[in-house]
Amino acid sequence: MKDAVLTLLLLCAFAFTVSGQEAKPLADDPELEKRLANLAKELRCLVCQNETLADSQADLAQDLRAQIREQMKAGKTDKEILAYLTDRYGQFVLYRPPIQPTTYLLWFGPFVFLLAGLLVLFRYVKHRRQMIPEAPLTNEQRRRVEEILKEREKPA
Amino acid sequence: MSRFIIPLGLFLVLVAFLAIGLSRDPHEVPSPLINKPAPAFQLPQLKDPTKTFSAQEMRGKVWILNVWASWCVACRDEHPLLFEYARTGAVPIYGLNYRDKREDALAWLGELGDPYVLSASDTDARVGINYGVYGAPESYLIDRNGVIRFKQIGPITPDVWEKTIVPLARELNK
Repeated sequence: MKDAVLTLLLLCAFAFTVSGQEAKPLADDPELEKRLANLAKELRCLVCQNETLADSQADLAQDLRAQIREQMKAGKTDKEILAYLTDRYGQFVLYRPPIQPTTYLLWFGPFVFLLAGLLVLFRYVKHRRQMIPEAPLTNEQRRRVEEILKEREKPA
Repeated sequence: MSRFIIPLGLFLVLVAFLAIGLSRDPHEVPSPLINKPAPAFQLPQLKDPTKTFSAQEMRGKVWILNVWASWCVACRDEHPLLFEYARTGAVPIYGLNYRDKREDALAWLGELGDPYVLSASDTDARVGINYGVYGAPESYLIDRNGVIRFKQIGPITPDVWEKTIVPLARELNK
């Protein structure tokens, strides 16, 4: 009896794994699907902005994937398709922003901050060094130093 | 005292950046289509699919293309306002029924009324994609030469209508 229940449970578990298979790609051309998947990774879904077009399940993302697939079938290059999308949705649709005057701050800003930080650090350290002047030894100190050194030199 | 001025200044700059950044809606992506020709289309009309509607036939008129759908929650909020705007006669409002089923769209208009001069059916969202639509409602103000002059993402608020759209339309109609 116990075995039967266990078998049943196991079967149930398997039933779920079987039903949880991956969705079939819409086109039958695996080469094209691969190209689509690669390109979709470079694109942002505008509905859920932190997702790529490849990951998003939003309706718009599905429409756009269908649109890209269609254009690929029509023989358009990836570059042409990207241009098509940026013409309509703007540069924001690119997941990796291109390096151009409007994105200089985005790309180089962190390095500017790093440089500024280093400059501040450098100046601070320099300033501190000046704050601690090298005081010359007093005569008393000098005498003691010589005494100690002499003591060391003597064989024990 | 003076040693606090620089950190305080930096802090205030940071606060200013955050204040600007946080008050902006990240969902509002500026459209590259502003001041570009409105993409051409020819679509069947929603109420009478035997007739078509095209952007080209609106040449010579200043008009609004309002993207809506029966599944769009914000469109429902915008809908009563569109009646008010249409009543002023400042700009004719045409609808683009986006990614919708015809029956659903007609039922929606039947239930809530139809503020549009007419609506065109963009069932497969092709025209929507050409216009860079990513969330309804969106509205485009198009001038007499067929150039998009303004885009509202999300419902047209009374504020936007009065302070932006009406003055701009008046200017464009001169």
